[in-house]
Amino acid sequence: MTHPVLTMTSISKTFPGVRALDGVQFRLFPGEIHALMGENGAGKSTLIKVLTGVYSPDEGAIDLAGTPVSFGGPMQAAAAGVSTVYQEVNLCANLSVAENIFIGREPRRLGSIHWGEMRRRARALLARLDLDIDVTALLGTYSLAVQQMVAIARAIDIKARILILDEPTSSLDAREVEQLFRIMRQLRDTGIAILFVTHFLDQVYSVADRITVLRNGKLVGEYPIAELPQLALVEKMIGKELDVLERLEEQPKRDLAALEASTPFIQADGVGRKGVVAPFSLTIHGGEVVGLAGLLGSGRTEVARLLFGADRADSGRFVVNGAQTPMRNPVAAIGHDIAFCSENRRTEGLVGDLTVRENIILAMQAARGWLRPLPRRRQDELVAKYVEALSIRPSDPEIPVRNLSGGNQQKVLLARWLITEPRLLILDEPTRGIDIGAKAEIQKLVVQLSDGGMAVLFISAELEEVLRLSHKIAVMRDRNLVSQLANDDTVSAEHIMQAIASAGGTGQ
Amino acid sequence: MSALKNHRLFWPVLVLVALLTANAIYRPSFLAVQMRDGHLYGSVIDIVRLSAPLILVALGMTLVIATGGIDLSVGSICAISGAVACFYISQQPDQNSLASVLTALVLGLGLALVLGAWNGVLVAIIGIQPIIATLILMVAGRGLAQLITEGQIITINSSPYKTIGVGHLLTLPFAIFVALAVTVLLAALTRRTALGMIIESVGGNAEASRLAGIRSRRIIFLAYVISAVCAAIAGFMLTANVSSADGNSAGLWIELDAILAVVIGGTSLAGGRFFFSGTILGALIIQTLTTTVYAMDISPQTSLLFKAVVVIAVCLIQAPAFRDKFTRRKPTAVSQKEQVPA
Ligand SMILES: Nc1ncnc2c1ncn2[C@@H]1O[C@H](COP(=O)(O)OP(=O)(O)OP(=O)(O)O)[C@@H](O)[C@H]1O
Ligand SMILES: [Mg+2]
Repeated sequence: MTHPVLTMTSISKTFPGVRALDGVQFRLFPGEIHALMGENGAGKSTLIKVLTGVYSPDEGAIDLAGTPVSFGGPMQAAAAGVSTVYQEVNLCANLSVAENIFIGREPRRLGSIHWGEMRRRARALLARLDLDIDVTALLGTYSLAVQQMVAIARAIDIKARILILDEPTSSLDAREVEQLFRIMRQLRDTGIAILFVTHFLDQVYSVADRITVLRNGKLVGEYPIAELPQLALVEKMIGKELDVLERLEEQPKRDLAALEASTPFIQADGVGRKGVVAPFSLTIHGGEVVGLAGLLGSGRTEVARLLFGADRADSGRFVVNGAQTPMRNPVAAIGHDIAFCSENRRTEGLVGDLTVRENIILAMQAARGWLRPLPRRRQDELVAKYVEALSIRPSDPEIPVRNLSGGNQQKVLLARWLITEPRLLILDEPTRGIDIGAKAEIQKLVVQLSDGGMAVLFISAELEEVLRLSHKIAVMRDRNLVSQLANDDTVSAEHIMQAIASAGGTGQ
Repeated sequence: MSALKNHRLFWPVLVLVALLTANAIYRPSFLAVQMRDGHLYGSVIDIVRLSAPLILVALGMTLVIATGGIDLSVGSICAISGAVACFYISQQPDQNSLASVLTALVLGLGLALVLGAWNGVLVAIIGIQPIIATLILMVAGRGLAQLITEGQIITINSSPYKTIGVGHLLTLPFAIFVALAVTVLLAALTRRTALGMIIESVGGNAEASRLAGIRSRRIIFLAYVISAVCAAIAGFMLTANVSSADGNSAGLWIELDAILAVVIGGTSLAGGRFFFSGTILGALIIQTLTTTVYAMDISPQTSLLFKAVVVIAVCLIQAPAFRDKFTRRKPTAVSQKEQVPA
């Protein structure tokens, strides 16, 4: 057997109040794809950050290809051949795509940056990922998924011995995921060791060679993929058996016709915005879950933003509860009991400085106005309820939300809108980065809420999720809403895929 | 121990104590407090009294900075409201009449409200970058103050007005009570309501706040108005101290000291979380430093340099990244178990 390229021994890391890692061992062999698995808050990202020098461990040693190392930061780690895509995309929104890919290692000619070369190489690199976008446009103008792809492109271009991908696929569609996997396999075959974190079990089984499982900051074990079937893996991750997912599958689909007999809660008539989404019409009834399906960049998020007034529509009209309403801004939308849970929790969702409690009550407090603070006791009740319901961990609501693991942050954002008890809940990738246990909980919650009369617009790159929850599915292609299907027994994933892909559009 | 060390006020307090200790060693009478004519006197009390205007300006600045902005015009606003108040009093037949002094204060505050609203409109409504928007008033405001005083130094002889700067109440300088009252008021305004949290939210992540339904324009507007009002009160104090208004020099450069105080106090210039207690400590540190420079007979040429060095030191020790470098590099590269205790 070859020698591991990376050995981490007895790594411990304690944050105030949390033992994030407790004597963890981890090995990585050249030419393998190694999945690091665990629930939200298990310590996966922390282990990665200890390796790349973002955090220094309290205890333990790191050995890279036979020499003990301790990196001062990600730059040093990258220089030593450890290339990383962190969980939260941390590129510069105000630089161009090409600049983001080559920042710190720009191609030069006679000492100055060779822009033409840079753009050309950026395009070639993205082409490997099958992504055809304008590399001179600012990164911030692209969706989170594209940003994620750009981060990946940057990482795979760095000459690396180790490639680390922390939930790289969380906002990607099946097609991009396949593309990424192809490249991962290629890189593996050249002898690079790849560390891969994800909450999608099927992805693990389609690409990984070996699995390491963490639970509550402790190592559960390291297994070759063949020796750990899916059920056993889940058991190792959560420490008990999981049955919620199974129960959810049996949900009978409610009758769409009955739902749509009432007046719709919201009706968008020819609503659109130039260059963003072509005019579309969509109605959502109370108690109805409408799924939005479509490829990366097809305009799903943009539709959601128009419905919430986050961007202003420049054509069409909205009818809410039978009355015509301009959806001028989020304040107006919230006034109509509409809630929007953004896919981009870091830049559009949470305020990292504020505590978990403050983040959860933020929207409710904003609606009341600052002069009428929500009584502290009421805050604590509400927060405690949702910390429990969504199993947000650590459960102390007084820590800054930025110290939570990615999945737990996502739950906080969800809680913020759930406590406002909206009549229309727009969920853009609500289960992004959330572990399987919590994901089932959230899906169950969506079903419960819609049973209780709430209208839900559900956006997810995961088609199965959309199919499982929605009564009606609207399909987006090339920034057009191309069809709406009742989600009855005749509709299947292939069906939707066809609708998405037909007419030869590439979806970019 | 480490909990204490991690408290965000640990370093500012330590620096203040160190400065006071240095003074006490240099001049043992420094810490002495005497009772004269029923008033307490002493260097330490002087420091607190003299720092009152800076505390006021810095408190307002804290809110503005928390929204992610900055207010460079506070010095000019000090000068303008001081000038208006003094000018009004100087025109009165009886300068000692309490009623006319109160009217003068109301006039000064009223003008400050207008000036604060001007800043607020430029930043929150029109969307000009705060540093540029307030630079306008910083520069133009001095001219305005000159206009009010007609280019002269207005001298007044009003004992009620003088009280604001140098009077006493319950054996202590009156200015201390003013600063205390404003602090309590602002603390209540921000922490008893949701204003503080909303300001922190806007400053911490403007886009997320917008999507959470916060009307950030109003909040930012309000912060500039509060800042201007605080500056006006400081302007009264500064002019009352010397019983005269000089449009040119009143409150000159106080915006820089105020920004420093805020930063020393732990509020990030990027916006977000703000700390009044830290700001007050920061203001006290800056005033102590000024007093120290005088007391130690450091030549005027080097005094600014000395101040700068101390300020840089304070900011550096507060930066976790900087402390980390020192505690982390020393042990061998492999194991970082032993953190240097401090
Ligand atoms: N900077 C920090 N300060 C304090 N606590 C932290 C910090 N970073 C992480 N933690 C805590 O450490 C624990 C592990 O977090 P980590 O981000 O490693 O989880 P994770 O396994 O990546 O989870 P997820 O799947 O949600 O991304 C969590 O309890 C988290 O709250
Ligand atoms: Mg993580």
